[in-house]
Amino acid sequence: MSTPILEMKNITKEFPGVKALDNVSFQVAEHEIHCLVGENGAGKSTLMKVLSGVYPSGDYSGEILFAGQTQNFKSIADSEKAGIAIIYQELALVPEMSVYENIFLGHEIKHGLKIDWNETIKRATEMLNKVRLDINPAVKVKDLGVGKQQLVEIAKALSRDVKLLILDEPTSALNEADSENLFGLLRALKDQGVTCILISHKLKEVISIADTVTVLRDGKTVCTLSNQKGEVSENVLIKHMVGREIDNIYPKREIKPSAEVVFEVRNWNAYDPKLGRNMLKDVQFNIRKGEIVGFAGLMGSGRTELALSIFGNPAGYRISGEMYVKGKKRSFNHPQEAIDAGVAYVTEDRKGNGLILIQDVKQNITLANLAEISERGVVNSNAEVKIANEYTANLNIKTPSVEQMVLNLSGGNQQKVSVAKWLFVKPDILILDEPTRGIDVGAKYEIYTIMTRLVQQGLSIIMISSELPEILGMSDRVYIVSSGKITGELPIEEATQENIMNLATN
Amino acid sequence: MSFINDLQTVLRQNIRQYGMYIALFIIMAIFTITTNGIFISSRNISNLLNQTGYIAVLAVGMTLVIVIRHIDLSVGFLAGFLGAVAAIALVFWGLPVYAVIPLVLALGILAGLITGFLVAKMNIPSFVATLAGWLIYRGAILLVTMGTGTIIIPNAAFNAIGNGYIPDIPGMDILPGTHKLTLILGLVAIVLFVIGEINGRRKKQDYHFEVLPTNMFIIKLVFVAALFAGITWVLAGYNGLSWTVVIVLLVVGVYHFVTSQTVLGRHIYAIGGNPEAAELSGISVKKLVFVVFGSMGMLSALSGILFASRLQSATTTAGTLFELDAIAAAYVGGVSAAGGVGNVIGSLIGALVMMSLTSGMNLMGIDISLQYIVRGAVLAAAVIFDVATRNRAK
Repeated sequence: MSTPILEMKNITKEFPGVKALDNVSFQVAEHEIHCLVGENGAGKSTLMKVLSGVYPSGDYSGEILFAGQTQNFKSIADSEKAGIAIIYQELALVPEMSVYENIFLGHEIKHGLKIDWNETIKRATEMLNKVRLDINPAVKVKDLGVGKQQLVEIAKALSRDVKLLILDEPTSALNEADSENLFGLLRALKDQGVTCILISHKLKEVISIADTVTVLRDGKTVCTLSNQKGEVSENVLIKHMVGREIDNIYPKREIKPSAEVVFEVRNWNAYDPKLGRNMLKDVQFNIRKGEIVGFAGLMGSGRTELALSIFGNPAGYRISGEMYVKGKKRSFNHPQEAIDAGVAYVTEDRKGNGLILIQDVKQNITLANLAEISERGVVNSNAEVKIANEYTANLNIKTPSVEQMVLNLSGGNQQKVSVAKWLFVKPDILILDEPTRGIDVGAKYEIYTIMTRLVQQGLSIIMISSELPEILGMSDRVYIVSSGKITGELPIEEATQENIMNLATN
Repeated sequence: MSFINDLQTVLRQNIRQYGMYIALFIIMAIFTITTNGIFISSRNISNLLNQTGYIAVLAVGMTLVIVIRHIDLSVGFLAGFLGAVAAIALVFWGLPVYAVIPLVLALGILAGLITGFLVAKMNIPSFVATLAGWLIYRGAILLVTMGTGTIIIPNAAFNAIGNGYIPDIPGMDILPGTHKLTLILGLVAIVLFVIGEINGRRKKQDYHFEVLPTNMFIIKLVFVAALFAGITWVLAGYNGLSWTVVIVLLVVGVYHFVTSQTVLGRHIYAIGGNPEAAELSGISVKKLVFVVFGSMGMLSALSGILFASRLQSATTTAGTLFELDAIAAAYVGGVSAAGGVGNVIGSLIGALVMMSLTSGMNLMGIDISLQYIVRGAVLAAAVIFDVATRNRAK
């Protein structure tokens, strides 16, 4: 190993109530491709945000040494100046601008006040050659495919004399050919002296490209392995990634699910006209009465899109395929129709599209079923308070009163409000999308207890989750989703973290 | 001492809610002093309320438009245009008043639905769609008044809407020089208010909710009752309640009920608070965009009728800048530009604040240039106050 270009020592970063990074140390040698792996929430992105100055120096404890010097980055601009560039999953290009404008955006080539466009185009063409992209630099970014956009983003980084390039899940939106091309480029850049940190969920990729791999778990460094010495294999990585002990926080169930199928989807395809690609391909699955079916997979694998396509398709996909609810063939054109048919959907992003944060607890709980507490269109506010009190007591929502703004509740209690809202529509099929994301262990346990109680009452639950222990602990059956396809179905007895990860990283 | 402390706590907790009332009170007090009491005279207040009418109804509709995160710039000239249509229908077509008013209101709804169509179905930003409407209706006024110029409306019933007063009870001799029916209505309003408040408090107590401490509750009752009594007394001292005020109170009453008590109102605020969450809760956002813009169109028509009736004529410049006055009134009244927050009573108060400034400064003989500057400063101050208190509430 050559000298380290980057050393992060004893980095600790806390958010209210959570230790996102706990004494993490991380070392990257010069001219290597270093992969950073770990489950969702392990701290990979937080670590990179600390490095790139998104969390300014002082917001965390620990020390960063880059190119032999201690660094205290106050902002992204500081880290860029030092030669660090980070490329996120969601690309940061301006779609309506040309490629050359994008490449030099923020560090334009100027003579006095005037931008030298000729020089800009010449330099942009050089950068595009470096990333082996043979396009006209005057083309607008929005007219390029995702793969090419990513290369433009790398060209932009190179135009700033980058020493360390960080890529966060670069291949999650790329097809195989584009991914291969990208990796070819990274290897070439390595030979030209650029060091690269790659965050990836796709372990096969990691093994093919990494010189060194660091595994994070629960905000701690688990180990750093050398690929050249042959220390890295898929099984080793998975074991280190998921190696925590599974706490016994999953309640036992007395009643087994019945054989009656209440929900089924066949040959389900969804095409997103806005993105111009297929989000779901030939999906088939079914849910029985009183069953919890886990949908495992990585972020971006298409699970949320699947839920939305079932739940009245608010995103406007073009859908083909059949859906059966309680034996009847159905199709929903609006969430209201899905709700009327007995389907409810607790969204993944409770703040983004689940709750109305500026309204109070009772208004949120009753929103999807105001018809039940109103007469001739007039809301009975006393009945509303009564219902809201019932549900807050039932789900143990901790709030000073049902007139408290949801904004002021903790994440776990917000999540319970979200669940309460959808239980109040009295569904037969409840879709829970990442039901315990970002909430503490105690609240998790309560959510699991509620789920258990519900299925014993005959409700059926679709649980979408990125947390494997949760999938294994709660499900009766597991479907694995990858790239918009169902790549496997496992009865819970056969499901292990290893074989789920295998199917999900396929 | 505990009394003062209670008062301080209550005021601090509800500063946002009461802020506008306090501002209105202060502005009125200042003008009363600077004009040696002319401002608070019955005649001036009565005039002020009648002048506020056509902006107030627009501000009510605009509140809902802004709550669902849109804007409507076309309402001023739409009002002017529909006022002209009303004049033409009355004068040249010879239609009776009771046919003209529903006709014009229906045209207003239609115009609003067209805006709704552009916004909801064609996905045109409301700012652009209604800016187009602003130009189109401005042209339309000029077009329909081209041959005639200003159209004088000789219809007494129509003109009473903007200038007339409710009749008095004949043959009552007590309190000479006052309008008895107005006094009686004011008294009824106070009694209904007090009963409503007491009932509401009792119900809250049944649910073991937090209520105002008793002394604070009584102060609130006395304060509001005194306010009602004062307004009633002032109005009764001139010609009594005008038809404009009656119409505005009806509109505000209906819209307040719809927004605070009905499913429709809940859905509107839900969309404003989080459109994605509302859609996923089974609310059709597109449908409600139609409803809100349709209502805005209807209120624009009403505003046009009030204005034409007040001037007893339709002019070629009617409606100029009404939209901005209405938007300003809504913002002064506590509507949030981010959507989901604001209520129609606040917007009514906002309209009163803005109109009081105009009226008071006119009485003081302040030049129009300064008037604009002062009103601009008050608008900015109101929004700064709103943002500051909201941040503190978090």
